[in-house]
Amino acid sequence: MAKLELQDLTKAYSRDIVPVKRLNLTVEDNEFLTLVGPSGCGKSTILRMIAGLDQPTEGRVLIGDRDVSRLAPGDRNIAMVFQSYALYPHMTVGENIASGLKLRHLPAGDIQKRVQEASGVLGLDPLLDRKPAKLSGGQRQRVALARALVRNPDVFLLDEPLSNLDALLREQVRADLKQIFADQKSPIVYVTHDQTEAMTLSTKVAVLSNGYLQQLGHPHEIYKTPANRFVASFIGSPQMNLFPLSRTGNDVVLGNFRVPLPAGVHSSSVILGIRPEHLRLPRPGDALTVTGNVFLVENLGMHDLVSLKVQGDPSLSLRAILPADATWSRENLTLALPPETIHWFDGETEQRLSA
Amino acid sequence: MLPTLQNAYQYALDNSDRILTALQQHLLLVAVPLAIGLLVGLPLGLWSARSRVVSTVMLNSFNALRVIPSLAVLFLAVPVLGLSFSSAVLALTLLVMPPILISTDVAFRNISPAIREAATGMGMPPADILKTVEIPLALPVIVAGIKTATVEVIASATLAAFVGAGGLGAFIVLGFAAYDPAILLVGAVPVALLALLAELGLSAVQRAAQAPGVRSA
Repeated sequence: MAKLELQDLTKAYSRDIVPVKRLNLTVEDNEFLTLVGPSGCGKSTILRMIAGLDQPTEGRVLIGDRDVSRLAPGDRNIAMVFQSYALYPHMTVGENIASGLKLRHLPAGDIQKRVQEASGVLGLDPLLDRKPAKLSGGQRQRVALARALVRNPDVFLLDEPLSNLDALLREQVRADLKQIFADQKSPIVYVTHDQTEAMTLSTKVAVLSNGYLQQLGHPHEIYKTPANRFVASFIGSPQMNLFPLSRTGNDVVLGNFRVPLPAGVHSSSVILGIRPEHLRLPRPGDALTVTGNVFLVENLGMHDLVSLKVQGDPSLSLRAILPADATWSRENLTLALPPETIHWFDGETEQRLSA
Repeated sequence: MLPTLQNAYQYALDNSDRILTALQQHLLLVAVPLAIGLLVGLPLGLWSARSRVVSTVMLNSFNALRVIPSLAVLFLAVPVLGLSFSSAVLALTLLVMPPILISTDVAFRNISPAIREAATGMGMPPADILKTVEIPLALPVIVAGIKTATVEVIASATLAAFVGAGGLGAFIVLGFAAYDPAILLVGAVPVALLALLAELGLSAVQRAAQAPGVRSA
């Protein structure tokens, strides 16, 4: 058991191509850190540097206070699960799982015991003698997980392990993953572009964009108080409504409607953010409402996602999650903006203004 | 045709000791170039699979050498090595190299980089990756190359008779010179049978090396 620490980790391919810029992170034992961000944000490069598949240009990787930056992958005691699973096609499921243990020259009895443990946890017992070609995608994924689990590594690394599974299976394996890794003591680093995976699995989420760490925190914190406009727009589905607005006195103008700025905001331009799920039908006493014309209703099953053009400025379109038991199309609709759910960001720096 | 076959059979019976010697020589003419080809070609093929530069240089030069007919190589070798077994071995070695080299190169190159990376990521040292992952995966393709080389060298070893290195080709040369198809057949039939046997045997090896279902994984 050992904590993982990244210090000033930088990867540069050339002067202009710098996928990872001065990253500082700590993942403690029992922590499940997810690196999430759009394609090209540097998340996979970070994972590869932790694994030793790529060398950092600058900075250090520490596992349990031991600097492993210059060590070969084999000397780092890590286990990795890949997007493509990368099972050895010529070996049976059992041999695949045991492959990492044979290297350590463990006694055959020990190897067998650990393989059985892992295959029991992952429900692979009936498949141990099969070749990977004879397995389904979900089964292959579980073999790849078992191959990592048996090693009892100091750090687990998972690179988009669910992205090759269909939606239904992905949900199921995600739940399995959460249970399996809840019992693991070692730090886990998980890479994904899927925010649902990030939110459901992690104890800590690192949102990355352009090689920079945008925010690091508990999934709840990232959702509730996004540190900047990027995090606000990236986390949450459907996406947060974000309107760059200019200030008029102590208010901002949203079409025909005035929204008062919170106290202590001095920026001349701001970005107003509100999540679709926080907009609701007005109740008596709601001071802040916006009316707009509904131009699109998307049925999400449990809810409707309603898009409306704000009165007074048709370029502003607002999306709201509303109950599916009413008809919303082609009508003027007034929605309440509960002030405590509004996020304010600076128009220039795009950083969060209110707590 | 039938009388020719009968004559050939009779000739073979009368000359069984000479045929046996020729067969031994022929097998030696197959085994030595093949052994050299494997000893040199397998490591070179692995090296060329690892490096684009080596691959370009090596594969192109051996392919260039391949267009020179074995017979021409044989006669070009004679002034240097004389009318000898060595000349024949040189020519035949040049013949077996390209299929072994190319198949080894292709075999290793075709292994998914993701698999190699997974092995590295799981802490396997390069020597173990080669031994437990890469070689087993490359083997079927390599065996296919060896099979091609073997069949080619069995057939082409008949040419060794032209430089006095013996082998079953000696009967073919003699048959031509004497205008006697019976003698010619005594050389040609065993060569054809040998080639067929090699093809069948190595195909079986290839199938054994190809673990079931591996290709589609």
